[in-house]
Amino acid sequence: MFRSLRTLYRLSHKRMYESANSIRLLQTQVNRKEIQDDVLKAFASVVGEKNVSTAKAVREHHGKDESYHGIFPPDLVVSPGSTEEVSECAKICYAEGLPIIPFGSGTGLEGGVTGVKGGVTFDLMRMDQIEEVHVEDFDVVVQAGVTRMALNHYLHDTGLWFPVDPGADASLCGMCSTSASGTNAVRYGTMRENVMNLEVVLSDGRVIHTAGEGRRTKKTAAGYNMTNLFVGSEGTLGIITKATIKLYGQPESTISAVCHFPSVKAAVDTTVQTLQCGIPMARIEFLDEVQMMACNKFSHLDYQESPTLFLEFHGSESGVEEQAKAVAEIAEYNEGSGFQWAKEPEVRNKLWKARHDAYYACIALRPGCKASITDVCVPISRLPELITITKEDIQSSSVVGPIVGHVGDGNFHTVLVFDPDNPKEVEEVKGLTDRMAMRALEMHGTCTGEHGIGLGKRHFLEKEIGAVGVQVMKELKAALDPKGIMNPGKIFMD
Amino acid sequence: MTKGHQGHLNGVKMALRILVGCKRVIDYAVKVRVKPDKMGVVTEGVKHSMNPFDEIAVEEAVRMKEKKLASEIIAVSCGPQQCQETLRTALAMGLDRGIHVEISGKDYETLQPFHVSKILAKIAEEEKVDIIFLGKQAIDDDCNQTGQMTAALLDWPQATFASKIEKNNGDLMVTREIDGGLETINVKLPCVITSDLRLNEPRYATLPNIMKAKKKPIAKKSPADLGVDVSPRQEVLSVEDPPVREAGSIVQDVDELVSKLKAAGVV
Repeated sequence: MFRSLRTLYRLSHKRMYESANSIRLLQTQVNRKEIQDDVLKAFASVVGEKNVSTAKAVREHHGKDESYHGIFPPDLVVSPGSTEEVSECAKICYAEGLPIIPFGSGTGLEGGVTGVKGGVTFDLMRMDQIEEVHVEDFDVVVQAGVTRMALNHYLHDTGLWFPVDPGADASLCGMCSTSASGTNAVRYGTMRENVMNLEVVLSDGRVIHTAGEGRRTKKTAAGYNMTNLFVGSEGTLGIITKATIKLYGQPESTISAVCHFPSVKAAVDTTVQTLQCGIPMARIEFLDEVQMMACNKFSHLDYQESPTLFLEFHGSESGVEEQAKAVAEIAEYNEGSGFQWAKEPEVRNKLWKARHDAYYACIALRPGCKASITDVCVPISRLPELITITKEDIQSSSVVGPIVGHVGDGNFHTVLVFDPDNPKEVEEVKGLTDRMAMRALEMHGTCTGEHGIGLGKRHFLEKEIGAVGVQVMKELKAALDPKGIMNPGKIFMD
Repeated sequence: MTKGHQGHLNGVKMALRILVGCKRVIDYAVKVRVKPDKMGVVTEGVKHSMNPFDEIAVEEAVRMKEKKLASEIIAVSCGPQQCQETLRTALAMGLDRGIHVEISGKDYETLQPFHVSKILAKIAEEEKVDIIFLGKQAIDDDCNQTGQMTAALLDWPQATFASKIEKNNGDLMVTREIDGGLETINVKLPCVITSDLRLNEPRYATLPNIMKAKKKPIAKKSPADLGVDVSPRQEVLSVEDPPVREAGSIVQDVDELVSKLKAAGVV
């Protein structure tokens, strides 16, 4: 029977502040169910018929990301065009007990947007307006569908940019959700340090502004830091519909450089010493010899196939030259060789092409295979040891595993290319990734520096945070999402 | 070129004066919408920026100045008051001064490459420039005519779709992108060059340079000052959206496919 929208609204206004018992409820309440016609009609009356889809192709497209996890389609995809529409759709889901999965650019690496429990995917890419740019205050307010590159293109004649660069052209609010980082983090920080305010729609449709509506200050001491509660929450606490983020001045001058080393230790030592000298590096990327070989092959380059650092310097004309010279000296001291550097954008892009195409170079090594990308992060001092043991582990297996790292942050990725139909390789990859994460945790590190927990790392969360910590996380989730409909199946083990 | 003779080549001093055209167009990332009266597209409140090919021309001129091949580089833009923003961007990228030829209202709506080329030719003569640098085409009208017309009016050689520019004994050696590949020609000065995509990657305007640009002069002129008549030579009858894509249909087998293609007259 068709239930009127008013009835649905009345139901959703029942506030359910549940006790710790709700944690148990979280696990059992959400079961996959078919979406009834009257519910479909309700969504259509909010967003319009053409923005509601049950088509298989559309659901499959929204049931995957860039990870190896496979396709878990939701039961329905809605594309709201405004915060109000998101709120109304959330109210419908809340009333019906339907899972809500926020979806941005679909470029995640941990299966965070997959519909493992079915439900309704909220494709937010229609909300693509850059609402306000404040050049003098160095901030900008963007809707959920604005991507990183779209923002930087929009800003290019203002002299400002948003430097967090995870590689893909990800949606900025998606980057908030996964606490994204990237090659520039060593100088400009990760999303955690660069989000000033968020507009979030909660599971019951309530809209909150984590720092207060319209507020955009460099610092605040007012109340709880809700902004950073939602940053990294991977869609499990609410739907981020708007973000106020910090901007930086375009560097006056940029120099890119490449340097090869005889060993991993030499490259990492160079990195550590450079940072200790206080040289304000913009990017320090490490590629091991396996990765260099893959890059040479894929991008038709002829770099030396040894541990390599890709460097970038930002600053004034004279500043960058000073920085580059200083680092060249440190590299030489550590037996670095083949130091080449460039200023013009085209030559710099050519120098960095190897690093930019690294992922594709890896999967091109074994066409038809999938790649499992690890993301461990440890204190920098433990990095040489961790990379060395990891390489030994990979070499004694039958899979290929090039290494690429944001060494300035103590974070590196192995791209383990494996044949998903070969059970031995699947087992090996699982073993390699688990051992790597365990080692990182033993070294006071984290199992995920920037990609998030999603599906693939849930079994590490308790080891990393501790049982009590995870319990507190679940209590927080129960408070914000009493029905357990926000992106179920992610972050926490069932 | 030896170090002690920067700016000279084989005794020929290369202190070139360059004029760069900077057109203000709707930003390429914007979804363009047809106006309800179907006489044009919506421009009110829509983001505008410098034509991307013009940015490439600006960048090339700045690089020539940095290499001391050019002595003065001037930006010119034809249009309403907001063109001053476009000129400021060019100045922030490194051009020395700007000329704003103010044209607005109906005159601006009917402005064509034919008018613009006359304006550029007149300014080039007044400013005694050696090179007119333009984008190969504007992304709003895709005409690809202004460079060629300007060269014809001045009876200057033209090198269009330039992807590389080098000095060659007081002339310029320009590599052009053509359908068959690349063509390299020698061009005597003064000349008109239009930029293609692969000529360079334009720099971003930085805050210090944006500040400096505020102090650079922008002169204002009218078409009448230059003796150019901008009366319309065309009348827009209508502007329409491309037809909406219709749903496809699934065919059962090859025979049905062939009969449908035959019915549509394509086989």
